[in-house]
Amino acid sequence: MIELRHVSKVFRKRDVLVDAVRDIDVTIAPKEIVAVIGPSGCGKSTLLNMIAGLYMPSGGAIVYKGTRVTDVNTDVGYMTQKDNLLPWRTVRDNIAFPLELAGVGKTERLERADQVIKHVGLDGFEHRFPHELSGGMRKRACLARMLLYGAETALLDEPFAALDAQLKLAMHDLLLKLAAEAGQTVLLVTHDLMEAVTLADRVLVCTRRPATIALEQRIELKRPRDVLNVRFTSEFKDYYDALWERLRVEYQEERV
Amino acid sequence: MSAPEARATTAVGEQPSPATGPRGFGSRFMLSCQVVLGIVVLMIWQGASGRLVDDFFISNPLDVGQRLYDWIIDGSLFLHLWATVYETFLGFVVGAAVGVVLGIWLGVSPFTSRLLNPYLNALNALPKVALAPLFVLWFGLGVESKVALAAVLVLFLVFLNTYAGVREVDQDLIDGARLMRASRVQVITKVIIPSALSWVFAGLKISVPYALIGAVLGEMLAANRGLGYLVQYSGSQFDTAGVFAVLFVIALLAVVLNFLVELVQHRMQRWRVVGR
Repeated sequence: MIELRHVSKVFRKRDVLVDAVRDIDVTIAPKEIVAVIGPSGCGKSTLLNMIAGLYMPSGGAIVYKGTRVTDVNTDVGYMTQKDNLLPWRTVRDNIAFPLELAGVGKTERLERADQVIKHVGLDGFEHRFPHELSGGMRKRACLARMLLYGAETALLDEPFAALDAQLKLAMHDLLLKLAAEAGQTVLLVTHDLMEAVTLADRVLVCTRRPATIALEQRIELKRPRDVLNVRFTSEFKDYYDALWERLRVEYQEERV
Repeated sequence: MSAPEARATTAVGEQPSPATGPRGFGSRFMLSCQVVLGIVVLMIWQGASGRLVDDFFISNPLDVGQRLYDWIIDGSLFLHLWATVYETFLGFVVGAAVGVVLGIWLGVSPFTSRLLNPYLNALNALPKVALAPLFVLWFGLGVESKVALAAVLVLFLVFLNTYAGVREVDQDLIDGARLMRASRVQVITKVIIPSALSWVFAGLKISVPYALIGAVLGEMLAANRGLGYLVQYSGSQFDTAGVFAVLFVIALLAVVLNFLVELVQHRMQRWRVVGR
């Protein structure tokens, strides 16, 4: 589905070359949920930007469903760290935005938006503007918009980083349900190891910049997962410990 | 001032709310203070006129009021006022429309922007009022030359603000729309223009008095009606009260026009109003 073939990315910043990603070779299968974890600034977001076609790789290739990505990849839904809701539009109009772009009639698109709004628990807030919502609500609005866009692949860049623990769990639950319902492929970038193990079928641990894959860990916890209780199982702890052992090396090297 | 490096006015949304001042004075209290200040200034003016300063030079509020009253009664004020309002409005609309279109076009076209940069610099550096004789030559003594002068004054202010607004649009919002299959036209109409509206309105607001200046100046140069003509005529008759009366009407007109722009902005940017 998504192939990263020996992908590298080098940025030029004021005549200085910054090696962000080096020789990453990974394939993500359809309907798979993959979490990418690693130290801050290691190049994880750059990976997502390349899959989305916003950045072109300096070396190697991104292949999406057999076709090389050379422009904006409109087959993916991308939820960036910063919520990109349009501040002058209400929640409802923001969520219906992809349908508006696709030329869907007003009545139909608002009806469909209302359904998704209920799904993510934002009913009652349809007519609010983004700045009137809490961080969690804005994230849910982004998720709803992505859902309505109907992309077969979701790229999520630290989508729940700013949320409190309770809300984060609720969002994890919602994400797993929505991904299962829509049969979506999900690529999730996160700092939170607990989150990665809870959600993913596979976790990729990245090294410090330039990002390379230090460890690839398959997570074989049964689905559907109970996000509240899965973390208390012994298998979860084993996966967590194995990943943490490798991740700790990266963090220690960063501190040195 | 080059287009890319242009220093445009701060977006309207960043200005403090006028309803409560920086120290939180109530608007009613502030309005009372403003009225009292105005009355005090008028009283000082009335007291000084003929005593401290010869009233030939500064007239006095009562005479100014009397002159206004006379013009209102004989209807001449409305004739001149209408001529100026008409020219100001047309000049404002034409200048604003061209400024907005040009600002958006250059904002989204880096190549054209760089290509036209030196020419825009040169045009912007010109004192636009110096074009007035040319406009009289080209468009005659009628309304058109005043409209052209007002439009040219408005155009650059609106253009620079619109251009800055378009360049300031969050690239993430544009990328987000493109990822959702937005066409180039959709990106411009649904993301860039709404996003730049604060800047556009900032440009429109600061250009309102300039539209008025353009119209009045054009009338002062060559016209037989309009507030500019009236101020010129009153001056030539050494009618200081008449000059002050016209100045008062021009100032009032500027306030009303500014209020109208704010009203439009209020309706078009409801989300900002809610945000306050």
